[in-house]
Amino acid sequence: MESDILIVDDSAAIRKILNRVLRQTGMAIGAIHEAGDGEEALAQLKAHSVRMVLTDINMPKMDGLQLLAAIKDVPSWSSIAVVMITTEGGETKVSEAVRLGAAGYVRKPFTADQIKEKLVGILEPVRAI
Amino acid sequence: MSLRDFILESINQCTTQVFSTMLGVELNPGQVIEKDGSGDVQCEVVSLIGIAGALAGAGSVSCSANMACKICALMLMTEAENVNEDVLDAVAELTNMIVGNVKTELESRVGPLGLGIPTVVYGRNFQTKTSGDPGWIITRFHLDGEALTIKICLAPNHRDGNTAVEKGTPEAVLV
Repeated sequence: MESDILIVDDSAAIRKILNRVLRQTGMAIGAIHEAGDGEEALAQLKAHSVRMVLTDINMPKMDGLQLLAAIKDVPSWSSIAVVMITTEGGETKVSEAVRLGAAGYVRKPFTADQIKEKLVGILEPVRAI
Repeated sequence: MSLRDFILESINQCTTQVFSTMLGVELNPGQVIEKDGSGDVQCEVVSLIGIAGALAGAGSVSCSANMACKICALMLMTEAENVNEDVLDAVAELTNMIVGNVKTELESRVGPLGLGIPTVVYGRNFQTKTSGDPGWIITRFHLDGEALTIKICLAPNHRDGNTAVEKGTPEAVLV
């Protein structure tokens, strides 16, 4: 079964790179949706059936941690895996993301292999639910 | 190791890592620039991002329009003949990654720091000025004959009662 993925980053450059990297992984990925901040992401989640969200932390309007909390607050979205992809490597932000229920964490800069390795481990159990 | 040397080492490590990972380019270590001489290299694109915490200041990436287009081509695999939206996005993200990773390294010495959102300026015949004229730590890298300059300026932040700066940090920390 193909999984829809939502990429959330205020950087159009990172959205493009992640889109390309995801297509190169060879994983069974359905549609890839994009949002420029947390508020746009929530609108995308209402419009599409998304299995995984890849989100930056440091964004205007609604940041990645606020988005993560908002997703985990909606019972019908509880099985969505949220992976943080960010330059924010500080322990405080990582601990907060884990506490809020993040499924994983990838630090920028990243390689295609690092993304694939992280997503394969997370997407498979999600699909099995 | 002094904080200044620590930042210089972080700039080198983070810049070469970002270029290697995201652009597929192995950069030689950067050259430390002691004095910020404007006009010594062509600089048409400047990207700035703020840092705040026990230390406050900014980081910047500057380069020629040609270099910015090259960064875009390597990072996004999108050729650009002129500076356009893609080029500015690519330089902004490069700044976010380099300065963001330097900031993360610095947190082990000075505690939590916040990172702003990058702003990119493109043009000719302009100058940048930082309020208070703090000392900048400057490192210059070269790729195919074009220069890329990374600058960081930080000073103790006495606002909001910040006292977490490591002991012995002088007022003009990094000059």
